[in-house]
Amino acid sequence: MAPAVRFHQAVALLGRFPALAGVDLDVAAGQIVLLRGPNGAGKTTLLRASAGLVPITSGSLEVLGHDLVTDPRSVRRRVGYAGTGAGLYDDLTVAGNVTFWTRAAGVAAEAGAEAMAHLEVDGRLADVAVAQLSTGQRKRALLAALVARRPELWLLDEPHAGLDEAGRDLVDELLRRAAAAGATVLFASHELDRAAGVATREVTIVGGIVVDDHPPEGNPAAAAVHRPAKTPYRSAEVPVVR
Amino acid sequence: MFAEARIVAAKDLRLEWRSRVTTTQVVPFAVLTLVLFAFAIDPSRGVLGRVAPGLFWVAVLLSTTLAANRAHAVETDAGTRDMLRLSGLEPRAVFAGKAAAIVVQLLGLEIVLAAGTVVLYNVQLATPALLLSAALPATVALGAAGATYGALAASVRVRETLLPLLLLPVLAPVLIAATSATEAAIDSTPEAGWGWAGLLVVLALLYAGAGAGIYGVLLEDQ
Repeated sequence: MAPAVRFHQAVALLGRFPALAGVDLDVAAGQIVLLRGPNGAGKTTLLRASAGLVPITSGSLEVLGHDLVTDPRSVRRRVGYAGTGAGLYDDLTVAGNVTFWTRAAGVAAEAGAEAMAHLEVDGRLADVAVAQLSTGQRKRALLAALVARRPELWLLDEPHAGLDEAGRDLVDELLRRAAAAGATVLFASHELDRAAGVATREVTIVGGIVVDDHPPEGNPAAAAVHRPAKTPYRSAEVPVVR
Repeated sequence: MFAEARIVAAKDLRLEWRSRVTTTQVVPFAVLTLVLFAFAIDPSRGVLGRVAPGLFWVAVLLSTTLAANRAHAVETDAGTRDMLRLSGLEPRAVFAGKAAAIVVQLLGLEIVLAAGTVVLYNVQLATPALLLSAALPATVALGAAGATYGALAASVRVRETLLPLLLLPVLAPVLIAATSATEAAIDSTPEAGWGWAGLLVVLALLYAGAGAGIYGVLLEDQ
């Protein structure tokens, strides 16, 4: 069975800077992969590239069976991406936002209502403008918009940030349920203790390349589903951009 | 595509309704433009009545830059551009929805401005059908160009100042044709105006077609 995500020698440029400098990474369906690494390592670029939002300038990238180098738009409807930016319209209510993104994705309205209830932003909160929400409530509303789309590939940048303990537990549960249902999850986080508890695999990125790939420590169950990258310690051939 | 465009247009109009930017900033700005011209030009010589069509459309044009900027600023400020690209919505549908929302706002603005022009400039309309036939395609042309150039300027840090520079020269043919058609509608010389109204239809189709064709590239490029 083909991997859900397959990077091979993938290079992505931000301006003239190689944010991904020859990434090799295979992610099987159902895995929950924690991307770790210092600021500027390329984690966000890897997530955005997986969504077809950042072009791959050399190498290859296949996501859910589609070649994103030749057709970056092909998987977008099947991918859910929550970045560190807001992602919601401040002047719309929570329900207005979730309804818009649900309708835009061609999903039934009930899915939006279910997602809002699951993320506990239904009832009174549903009619509150996003501008009036706390950071944690905004994150929950954003996740509700994501969950409603029922993506096959979840791409999350710092999903625990801004959430209280209950919210973090909720995120972990969402990720586990998504993976159990066959979806694949890639998420970047600096909250390693929390993230390692839910991940089935940890991939470390430094300087735009994968430098380490192993099951998370203290999560022996993860080892059973761990599949390492093909060449985890390969030296990157950083392209010279003139 | 039309269903998707309706989703986008409804969202943009709901955003405007809730934020009240159009009613509290764009409309007062346009009315103020008319009022200032009324003060600046000597009404006793009849100049005001003669230049009224041009002033009306200049006020609409300037307001178009505000509405176009706003239509894309909401995506930039809210960080929703990535989600819009991932939504699966056809870029042409996003363009059509955004253009439609701008057109609806401009039509509302034009009604207010038309009333203001009649009151402030003391003009009488002889051929309302001609005015409507010119105003509708002119507004569609403005909305289409506004949506296109709004997207073009959206990712630039200085978009507020760049957008008028890009947009106003492109809209000059609309200004000329719409002003000429409106003059004819006021002067009881409709035969001179229908040609201009026809040109406005061509411009509307041209701008809408071009916008629909390149909007996907602009959306990806942001």
